[in-house]
Amino acid sequence: MKEELFVSGRNIPNIDPFLKIWHWQIPLYLFLGGLAAGILFFAGYFVVRGKEKEMQTAVKWAPLLAPIALVLGLGALFWDLKHKLYFWQLYTTIRLESPMGWGAWTLMIITPLSLIWVASYMKEIFPWWDWKFKLLDKFEAFVIKYRVPLAWVMMIYAIILGVYTGILLSAFNARPLWNTSILGPLFLVSGFSTGLAATIWMSKDAAERKVLSQIDLVFIFVEIFLIIHLFMGFLAGSETSIEAANLFLGGPFTVSFWVFVVLLGLVFPAVLETLEIWGFHVPKWLPAVLILFGGLMFRFIMVEAGQITRYLY
Amino acid sequence: MRYAMAIDTKKCVGCGDCVVACQTENNVPHGYCRDWIVERVDGTYPSLSLEFRSERCNHCDNSPCVRCCPTGASHIVDGGVVLVTPHKCIGCGACIESCPYDARYPHPEGHVDKCTFCIHRVEKGQNPACVDVCPTNCLHFGDLDDPNSAVSLALKDRKWKVLAPEAGTKPQLYFLT
Repeated sequence: MKEELFVSGRNIPNIDPFLKIWHWQIPLYLFLGGLAAGILFFAGYFVVRGKEKEMQTAVKWAPLLAPIALVLGLGALFWDLKHKLYFWQLYTTIRLESPMGWGAWTLMIITPLSLIWVASYMKEIFPWWDWKFKLLDKFEAFVIKYRVPLAWVMMIYAIILGVYTGILLSAFNARPLWNTSILGPLFLVSGFSTGLAATIWMSKDAAERKVLSQIDLVFIFVEIFLIIHLFMGFLAGSETSIEAANLFLGGPFTVSFWVFVVLLGLVFPAVLETLEIWGFHVPKWLPAVLILFGGLMFRFIMVEAGQITRYLY
Repeated sequence: MRYAMAIDTKKCVGCGDCVVACQTENNVPHGYCRDWIVERVDGTYPSLSLEFRSERCNHCDNSPCVRCCPTGASHIVDGGVVLVTPHKCIGCGACIESCPYDARYPHPEGHVDKCTFCIHRVEKGQNPACVDVCPTNCLHFGDLDDPNSAVSLALKDRKWKVLAPEAGTKPQLYFLT
């Protein structure tokens, strides 16, 4: 028998026996950030490709969700801070080494960008819309004129935001489950997939849905591929990595991960989307809801399980 | 100058005096601690081995907490001591997640708190409170660059280990074994 016991009065709330510093706010934010990144990327992508007419939902309607998701996500982040009145300190420094510093600045840029994007389509979405001020009308005309460069900037920032949601976790050496560079691309792909799912759900045009489903299928397959690689990497790694993987391979997160994230959140919606592309009737909300639910579960599980994993000494 | 501490696991009896001294000296809130004792039992009864370790922040040379801090509240001062400036800390918890030793905790006032090597005492030429109070004299503190400091002398002809060296943090608590 080998054991290690804490015998002092150490029983610090949220630290002992397992770390639980980050609660629901962080995974919710990671989900909303990924969702917004996905929506904004494809809005920009279809404008750059000149498919504005064919992909109306992706370009005009779905981006309405992005600023809402980002503001809710920022709200969750703010809620999570324990020294809330000092939050402005984030914006008095630029710390290139700190992923959270990068994230704070990225959000500071992409949230206004998403608002500008939505504003430039307000008159197309709501024909009765009136800006009331001449200056705003001029600004709208300026944005519409430079929409393609704006789309490029938004796509780049959407990728940074999507990757950042993974890097936020992967930068922590101390938590072996998170400390893998595959988390950046994995969260990016998963976020893009949830963004596509939300757009598919909103779209009333079957032809648009078909294109989005085809793209989403590619992302789902890449995501499954990255998950397999994640576990291959862990199992070929050190003792701490193997222990991290074992949480999902017989450990307490086995059912929640493989059933809810992989089967219900990836495999099942992929099958449904394939059936829809083949012409079978599938309710459009079903695969979308499953993907969104899987994406949310994935982030909750990764944040909670990651905090349990640690170095052994 | 590089402050460090050597902890003699053969002399430590796990009394917890260092924990209480720290809580008193640094006004640590009730229910929290900046240092703690780990009792490690190895083997199978009746052949067991027991190790006591008085643990605290390792004041790492390559400190992940300082790297991940988005505001610069976590910083390193002269002598390699890792400190937190409360009025710069936003309480995001990144440094707590980043520490392989779980040496940091969220202070009830909101900011993050941790061992300071009692820098306010060290600056006056005194030892950290835990070192001065230890009844078995198992804690040795000082400057590693000074060959005659208590910590250098303690490390001179003893075997030692550091915790989780594979984490790459270059910790500065040396456990004499």
